[in-house]
Amino acid sequence: MSGHSTYQPQSAFMKWMERRLPIAGLVYSSFIAYPTPRNLNYWWTFGGILSFMLVAQIITGVVLVMHYTPHADMAFNSVEHIMRDVNYGWLLRYLHSNGASMFFVAVYIHMFRGLYYGSYKEPREVLWILGVILYLLMMATGFLGYTLPWGQMSFWGATVITNFFSAIPGVGETVVTWLWGGFSVGNPTLQRFFSLHYLLPFVIAGVVVLHVWALHAVGQNNPAGIEPKTDKDVVAFTPYATSKDAFMMVAFCMVYAWFVFYTPNYLGHADNYIPANPAVTPAHIVPEWYYLPFYAILRAIPDKLFGVLAMVASIVVLAFLPWLDTSKVRSARYRPLYRQFFWVFVAVCLGLGWLGAKPAEGGYVLASRILTFYYFAHFLIILPILGKIEKTKPLPNSIADSVLSEGVPIGAPAPAPRAGASA
Amino acid sequence: MSSAHSTRRDFLYIATGTVAAVGGAAVLVPLIAQMNPDASTIAAGAAIEVDLTPIAEGQVIKVFWRGKPIFVSHRTKKEIDEARSVNVATLPDPQSDQARVKPGKDQWLVLIGICTHLGCIPIAHQGDYDGFFCPCHGSQYDTSGRIRRGPAPANLPLPPYDFVSDSKIKIG
Ligand code: HEM
Ligand code: FES
Repeated sequence: MSGHSTYQPQSAFMKWMERRLPIAGLVYSSFIAYPTPRNLNYWWTFGGILSFMLVAQIITGVVLVMHYTPHADMAFNSVEHIMRDVNYGWLLRYLHSNGASMFFVAVYIHMFRGLYYGSYKEPREVLWILGVILYLLMMATGFLGYTLPWGQMSFWGATVITNFFSAIPGVGETVVTWLWGGFSVGNPTLQRFFSLHYLLPFVIAGVVVLHVWALHAVGQNNPAGIEPKTDKDVVAFTPYATSKDAFMMVAFCMVYAWFVFYTPNYLGHADNYIPANPAVTPAHIVPEWYYLPFYAILRAIPDKLFGVLAMVASIVVLAFLPWLDTSKVRSARYRPLYRQFFWVFVAVCLGLGWLGAKPAEGGYVLASRILTFYYFAHFLIILPILGKIEKTKPLPNSIADSVLSEGVPIGAPAPAPRAGASA
Repeated sequence: MSSAHSTRRDFLYIATGTVAAVGGAAVLVPLIAQMNPDASTIAAGAAIEVDLTPIAEGQVIKVFWRGKPIFVSHRTKKEIDEARSVNVATLPDPQSDQARVKPGKDQWLVLIGICTHLGCIPIAHQGDYDGFFCPCHGSQYDTSGRIRRGPAPANLPLPPYDFVSDSKIKIG
């Protein structure tokens, strides 16, 4: 079904080109003729949105660098200079800082989509693991970027996060000094963080290529969680997926624009408009919202080494998901029990995020411990057992069957017009 | 003849691999070492002197050495007694108060003011133990700077320092 191109170059120039660099054929077979399951819903549009956000971050970032000064004595003022003096500087900076948040909104939806429809299962394990790597790279990039304005949260966030490495037994202090390039977070730290913040998005772009490559090798999963069998199960990427992606992208950009224009600092912290001060720690150190669930896990454990290990494990466990979930059925549509556990898990993640923003005291700590336990139990206990005991619903014979017999699901492409039918 | 050839090829093969491995390792040395503190950072970490006369009893001052905050605490009699009345064996990081001050200078406590959890600066005269409280994740230290409760694994460390006179210390 997929694989070789049906691209037929028309003009003499394209014929000449195709024999030398068959890029038009590659684009044609990957993004035009490429067969996509006909039942994809709007949750499948977030991959395109993520690609768009990466490009948006790179463009606004490259422009910010033209006005930003990566030096401990000047960084804060250069960001103020961007905000006040540079033409449209405020807009570019708000696009970039809110863009990071929107990027994470999209990646979380994209990941939960995968969890719900079992997109990590055989044969999509490598595709899924590449996704986990992308997520880790995004987290690193966002953290590095957040230190650049060199405000109080930048400085103390960098201090706390780099100190995670001091939990390594024996060599912790040596590693941290090496990361800092000094005896505390300072100018050498800022300069290397800037260098890496510029670099990592391009590493992300490279891994995205691998991710899409793996996707095109195995094909897309779909809401029914069964593989397409015949041509009746698929539609061409263009115009079906392209127009659906475009529609959602525009809707997504409206939300993005709403943040940028109406509440650009809502997702940030007022403390970061205070210049970095190595002598005073702000009363409440809170990371950016997208790290909060992991921060809650870190603080739930009353031991430094195990706290850091639990936090790392909470992300690493995702990479093992294809083998922890023992069910043969992919989509939660046909897994009545898993579907409930899925929503409990979503609630637990949101709960951890809420707790991560609260002070680490009293009932909050207890609640964080319970939710942290549940978070791990979901992967290590519930999923392995559920796959063995759950009675799943019968799967449809084909994607076409599932669409035509169960009625058109909301957001699925309309059935192709039948020959002879009049509108 | 053929075996002679393959020996020569084997030799070239192994020699190439070895030189490449040694060369690769040698290139890693500067790439990794450049991230360590540079000469100017180390030079800026020279010793500092602190005059103790202006520090009133019960006061904690903060000075900077190697970019790290150093607490110099002029302890009251009550604070010293509190630090000495606990059973050392029950502490998370057992250490006697005597071992954390210079002999005969019980009132002077000199600490690196960096929480041993994840590096925030604790606030003096706060928390349940009258000592230091870290606002980041709630670690509590006593009047000797020893960890008593919270996620921090160890006592606040002591910087290297000496009394150069009765009223002056040299840190570093
Ligand atoms: C994966 C893509 C990226 C993400 C998630 C990201 C994230 C961030 C974040 C969260 C900040 C802090 C914003 C603030 O609070 O002020 C930031 C700042 C910055 N980023 Fe990025 N970034 C990305 C790509 C880039 C690229 C490609 C460049 C340069 C080529 C760049 C250059 C900058 C600069 C100069 C700043 C400091 C100015 C400022 O604070 O607004 N970024 N980035
Ligand atoms: S840094 Fe002090 S308690 Fe975490």
